[in-house]
Amino acid sequence: MPRVFIPPLLKKITGPVDQVDIDGTTVRQIIENLELKFPGVKDRLCDGDSLKPGLAVAIDSHITNKGLFAKVPADSEVHFVTAIGGG
Amino acid sequence: MATSESKKKYKVIGTRPIRHDGVDKVTGRAKYGGDVNLTGMLHAAMLRSPHAHANIKSIDTSKAEIIPGVHAVVTHADMPDATDKVVNLGEGTVNLKHLGSNVLADKKVLYRGHAIAAVAADNIHIAREAAALIDVKYEVLPAVLDVLEAMQDDAPVLNADVRTEELPAGETSGDKPTNIAKHFQFELGDVEKGFAEASVIVEREFKTATVHQGYIEPHNATAHWNADGHITVWTSTQGSFSVRHQVAELVGVPLGFVKVIPMEIGGGFGGKISVYLQPVAALLSKKSGKPVKLIMDRTDVFEATGPTPGSYIKVKMGANSDGLITAAEAYLSYEAGGYPGSPIAPGCMCIFACYNIPNGKIDGYDVCVNKPRTNAYRAPGATNAAMAAETVIDELCEKLGMDPAEFRLKNACKEGTRRIDGPVFSRIGMEETVQAIQNSEHYKTELTGPNQGRGIASGFWFNCGLRSSVTATVNGDGCVALLEGSTDIGGSRAAIAMQLAETLGITAEEVIPTVGDTDSAGYTDVTGGSRVTYATGWAAYEAAKDIQRQMIAAAADQWEVDPADVSYDDGKIIGPNDQVLTFHEMAAQSVKTSQPIIGRGVSEHEEPGGAFATHAVDVEVDPDTGKVTVLRYTAAQDVGTAIHPSYVEGQIQGGAVQGIGWGLNEEYFYDDSGKMSNSSFLDYRIPTCLDLPMIDPILVEVPNPGHPYGVRGVGEVPIIPPPAALANAIYQATGIRMQQLPMSPPRLMHEILKKRAAENGGS
Repeated sequence: MPRVFIPPLLKKITGPVDQVDIDGTTVRQIIENLELKFPGVKDRLCDGDSLKPGLAVAIDSHITNKGLFAKVPADSEVHFVTAIGGG
Repeated sequence: MATSESKKKYKVIGTRPIRHDGVDKVTGRAKYGGDVNLTGMLHAAMLRSPHAHANIKSIDTSKAEIIPGVHAVVTHADMPDATDKVVNLGEGTVNLKHLGSNVLADKKVLYRGHAIAAVAADNIHIAREAAALIDVKYEVLPAVLDVLEAMQDDAPVLNADVRTEELPAGETSGDKPTNIAKHFQFELGDVEKGFAEASVIVEREFKTATVHQGYIEPHNATAHWNADGHITVWTSTQGSFSVRHQVAELVGVPLGFVKVIPMEIGGGFGGKISVYLQPVAALLSKKSGKPVKLIMDRTDVFEATGPTPGSYIKVKMGANSDGLITAAEAYLSYEAGGYPGSPIAPGCMCIFACYNIPNGKIDGYDVCVNKPRTNAYRAPGATNAAMAAETVIDELCEKLGMDPAEFRLKNACKEGTRRIDGPVFSRIGMEETVQAIQNSEHYKTELTGPNQGRGIASGFWFNCGLRSSVTATVNGDGCVALLEGSTDIGGSRAAIAMQLAETLGITAEEVIPTVGDTDSAGYTDVTGGSRVTYATGWAAYEAAKDIQRQMIAAAADQWEVDPADVSYDDGKIIGPNDQVLTFHEMAAQSVKTSQPIIGRGVSEHEEPGGAFATHAVDVEVDPDTGKVTVLRYTAAQDVGTAIHPSYVEGQIQGGAVQGIGWGLNEEYFYDDSGKMSNSSFLDYRIPTCLDLPMIDPILVEVPNPGHPYGVRGVGEVPIIPPPAALANAIYQATGIRMQQLPMSPPRLMHEILKKRAAENGGS
């Protein structure tokens, strides 16, 4: 089962957990299932049908461009991180 | 993915062919934005705010409009209402309302130089005269220029719509406007426990000045709004597709109605991603019915375009007696300028990334101040952060009695190390860069005189992947026309062409690269984030693989065999019965007997591989003036695979020089009213070749497992270590720990005199 790492500022909703195992094979499913466990999480992560602007998902430490549609392999790590640009 | 090809087999990669655009560049024939000249073209001038903070009570353009030769005047009122939405421009997000108000001020000016109105006329002299006649009534407001002052409850507030957004995944809080636009927080382990385990702890505060990217070519744009509603824009930009998106949104036309033609670019370093002039030139063209050209002068560039933020940073780090870091904590506040959007997030995510730190906490704040809206600058946010962390590490080493290279090696992150912001590293080369410095002739050579010191520092930058497209057309003579959408800032035409050539088994000279406009090239994100050689190179690799497949199919048809039994190797198509066709034979056949061969490749891979650098510098400090002379400089960098080593070395040297300028001299000087006092290159001191020794690059090649040829971005990380390395060297030379950038002669002299006074008992 994928393991989701909880960003510090999301702990106001999830409580003091650093990581949680959540079922799902796409980022969308992961967030839906997180919402069932921690109501309010989805609003923090999504803006309509997309991830919030400026937010990115790293799956097994690789940021994906596919957002909510990204596939999440079993036993992978999922991080919600800040999107990075460059100069 | 695993690196699929060993370097030993490369025939093109790792060589140093002459760049394809070289002749045009050195003979002056390359066309830049300033060279655009169209029939009937008008010239435009901008009216800019003399105040750092003011409400605009009224704008009267009537006197300007009646000047003979004036064809159009525009203000924010001529722009469609930008919606208050945040859009993704590929390499970052932007609030359209803020972007539009930055392009032409809406009701308020937030920094001196903020654009208010523009005039298009028969020539630039008429345009300037008319712009000066525009009557703007201001209600001048108090300005706030310091990031910490701007965070106070009683500070003048710049934007009525800004509330504090907590990221990642936090909430937007507060019921009243604030200058604190964003708060980022990252945490790993138990910081209190980590500090309790430390035997030495160092905590210091730092301030860094606002600095500019310092590109030589000013911003420019020429636009023609055709009668059919289609707009063509000729401009100097790092991202033509990003300009297309921004212009379309701000002038209110469909994306496909805007065609952006990227001209050659005289430097960008992150500062030529946002639009400034392009929408204004388009609006002037719409109003006048003629093409309009708009160019900034140097003062405009300094006063109105993206500097990189000044900052306040506090860092606390602890290590045990074995020299292992046990905990690290940082607080960073970055100036956003007039509108939110400083690179505070990457600053937070890079500050401790070079090290394996089990317990860490980082808080970062994006704060509006009355300065130009900041923009990216080479590894945005990371240089400020490294100045703080890397000098604190030097102090830890001193307290522990450890060699700073040994300490870095002992704590270096490696494959599997978890960063404080969460993700773990894949195969990276931090350790190797430290070892390269340790093994360098430079590090083994003793300093030779008084007032000399040596410092080292390391830096990390993420690099980006994003999206790129390439098409490659095989000509009958075996040359391949390569069309890409990445504007070429640092020799990327050559680096992309070489990856295509390597994959096809032809020479780099047989590939003819062209940077296309937005109607001809496939979608490509900006040239930024050190991504082009990685991502557009990968797209070129894919295009070459597509060509291979087409050649295999054509040969299989000809030989009446199954394509699965045909292979492509080193420029040859090989059949099952010892049949062989060379690439050139196949190319010749393709225009005669088979269908044209056009390869297509795209890249959206996001495994760019982190970039690490460790630099060593020797300095001599003049104890009577505070002037720092750089005696020797060596920069070791994990470059993955150096596609064209000369351009990799050039990036390292250029980045190091910009970092040295940031460290020693560069600074926006403001008076109390918010007016910049040094808005020219005479007074804004960037290093020249007379100031510096040869920057000696060491290419450490740890191939990126996330690229077919092991490419890592190389352009940004070399700017990160220099200020901290210089500060550490200055400490060795003088015994003074500098905690403010730049470490300019007056600032260092002040500290030297203070130290002398203290040593003399305060006399």
